[in-house]
Amino acid sequence: MPRNKRFSASRYGPTERHMAESLVEIERQMLAGAPDKEDCECKEGMFNGLTRRNMLAGGIALGGAAFTAGQATADAPPGAFEHRVQPDPTKEQGRTILDDGGYGSRSQFENEVRWRYPTASLDSSWSMTPLASGHGVITPSGLHFERHHAGIPAIDPKTHELILHGMVDEPMRFTMDDIKRLPAVSRICFIECSGNGLTEWDEPTLKTVQGTHGLTSTSEWTGVRLSTLLEMVGLSDGAAWILAEGADAAVLTRSVPIDKAMDDAIVAYAQNGEALRAEQGYPLRLLLPGYEGNTHIKWLRRLEVSDKPFMTREETSKYTDLMPDGMARQFSLEMEAKSVITFPSGAMKLPRPGFYEITGLAWSGRGKVTKVEVSTDGGATWREAALDGPVLPKCHTRFRIPWTWTGEEAVLQSRTVDETGYVQPTLPELVDVRGLNSVYHLNAIQSWHIAQDGEVTNVHA
Amino acid sequence: MFTRKLSLLCTLAMAATGPGIAQENSSESEPPRTVAELPERIGEYDERAPMQPPASSAQSVGDINPDNLEFGVGQPATDEQIARIDIDAMPDGRGLPPGQGTYAEGEEVYSQTCAACHGADLEGNKDIGAPKLIGGRGTLTDAKPVKTVESYWPYASTLFDYVHRAMPMNAPGSLSADEVYAVSAYVLGRADIISDDPDTTLDADTLAKVKMPNADGFVSDPRPDVGATK
Ligand code: HEC
Repeated sequence: MPRNKRFSASRYGPTERHMAESLVEIERQMLAGAPDKEDCECKEGMFNGLTRRNMLAGGIALGGAAFTAGQATADAPPGAFEHRVQPDPTKEQGRTILDDGGYGSRSQFENEVRWRYPTASLDSSWSMTPLASGHGVITPSGLHFERHHAGIPAIDPKTHELILHGMVDEPMRFTMDDIKRLPAVSRICFIECSGNGLTEWDEPTLKTVQGTHGLTSTSEWTGVRLSTLLEMVGLSDGAAWILAEGADAAVLTRSVPIDKAMDDAIVAYAQNGEALRAEQGYPLRLLLPGYEGNTHIKWLRRLEVSDKPFMTREETSKYTDLMPDGMARQFSLEMEAKSVITFPSGAMKLPRPGFYEITGLAWSGRGKVTKVEVSTDGGATWREAALDGPVLPKCHTRFRIPWTWTGEEAVLQSRTVDETGYVQPTLPELVDVRGLNSVYHLNAIQSWHIAQDGEVTNVHA
Repeated sequence: MFTRKLSLLCTLAMAATGPGIAQENSSESEPPRTVAELPERIGEYDERAPMQPPASSAQSVGDINPDNLEFGVGQPATDEQIARIDIDAMPDGRGLPPGQGTYAEGEEVYSQTCAACHGADLEGNKDIGAPKLIGGRGTLTDAKPVKTVESYWPYASTLFDYVHRAMPMNAPGSLSADEVYAVSAYVLGRADIISDDPDTTLDADTLAKVKMPNADGFVSDPRPDVGATK
């Protein structure tokens, strides 16, 4: 089958296509016997000195079981391999341990994927997390939302360095190895793009919770406290801001108040127990718990301490909030408390009246979520939802509440309160103060309408 | 033992997804590997070798004594190393590099390296997401405000800084400081923020002095503005 037909560009990204094509190629060579190449020493490390003759033997000996995986990858969802489904898995051996090469993949029956908002530019674009099917509070690394301004660079960690300079006593540079030698810290927290929900100010626009809220994700992040690095270089008197700069083609920059940098900022190299994903800033990113996503500079290469903010494009032209009086708010960095029901949510259809557990996520950039209330009648009455513990500050918090849908029309809403006493506002409350042109920081209560036929739609209620 | 080997073989086949796999002969011309190799096998049981402790790049690690908890990592960054990547420019002109450029030179740079995306009249191109660069003054309170360099940006340094680091989108960071001064003069001239006389020149000094129309259009974050009490 011609390559392009088998792995159509519309269905497969370049990486998946490449992976699939490579596997098919291996299989083809094996089946063909590749006689002229049989005795070659395969690549050191990859094959550990085994010859292709051995490999071929292995392939033939195990037949279908092992190699169906490669064969059918193209049809499996991204991140999965299609394995043969045994008619009765109790009556034959399952596939062999480590046939995944030692790095597991998800089930071939799971299909959640990030969805790219159709920006005109592919280089400056964003993809959103499928919150509807999420469980617990951790976002799988492969489903963490993305926002890139110039694509995803591939950076060799051996050559990557972080330079700290500016108003410091001793400018320093650190290799990745240096950074990994320093005392580390791990914490679970959300990152939310302040543009999350930007399509929803005026009227309900996107149908799904992925579209309306999918620019927030939670991971466990590991790295070095930025304060550790700043103490090593020594801050000069008057140091008030710090510029963080990425090594992507946008050389993305944001100014961060030094108090935040010294408080809970992390220079992170790991996410959910392994190295950062490339699209999350491999090998190094800034993490500013509770701050808008754009400030968590990925592919971090430089930190410059100064007395003033740098007024980069991302904190003037963008990520500023235009108010009705024509003035724009700048450095609106904290993400205010927000919650959303992820199940049931937009574009689902409840199959029949009966019991449903309503569940969703709540979070606040100012600390812990203390309460989530849920309404099933468009805000007329509220019931308090249970929070899955432990509730962590600046972290997604899972809430749940039982509900029996009677088959009548309903409007589901959630409203959270954080430890500062802040109550998640309604959209009219927000619009009343901010108008319709502030783009960023929409944290209003979300409404899902349930029709009598069970159809769930995004509404403003 | 035999079955173990077999499963190992399959394992390896499955792991082999990199571009190098189909290439049997490693010739001189082959580009260097840009993927990690699997951890080495060690010991009687073919275990995978663990990561090795990262090594500090520091020239000296200081006193080795149990009470010294100095990290001994990292190296001093020299002025030269910093200068190589310290490209930011601040509103007061700090960081702007030496050099200069005129409106006329900028017109040339613009037509050759920017117009294809941002349009001959700096009107932008929605189909490729290239923003409109000028116009929109006085629209910030409208139902549909037009936010451009001219109408919205508070500092000229941001224009220099951003174009220098990130534009043109198809060849970011490819313009010389002179070219960026020139194209900034052109954009600001077309925006009627500075003179559009062909000889109008921008350099570190004059650029920092440009007063942008919306310079006073920003306030710091006053939130929480709603929802503060219940
Ligand atoms: C290949 C297309 C392309 C070329 C060529 C190009 N740009 Fe851009 N430009 C873009 C895109 C796309 C964006 C938006 C990037 C984003 O939002 O992340 C942009 C953004 C900008 C912005 C920011 C606008 C705003 O309101 O935030 C400026 C200023 C700019 N370009 C100037 C220039 C100049 C000057 C040149 C020539 C030196 C140039 N561009 C060449 C595509 C291009």
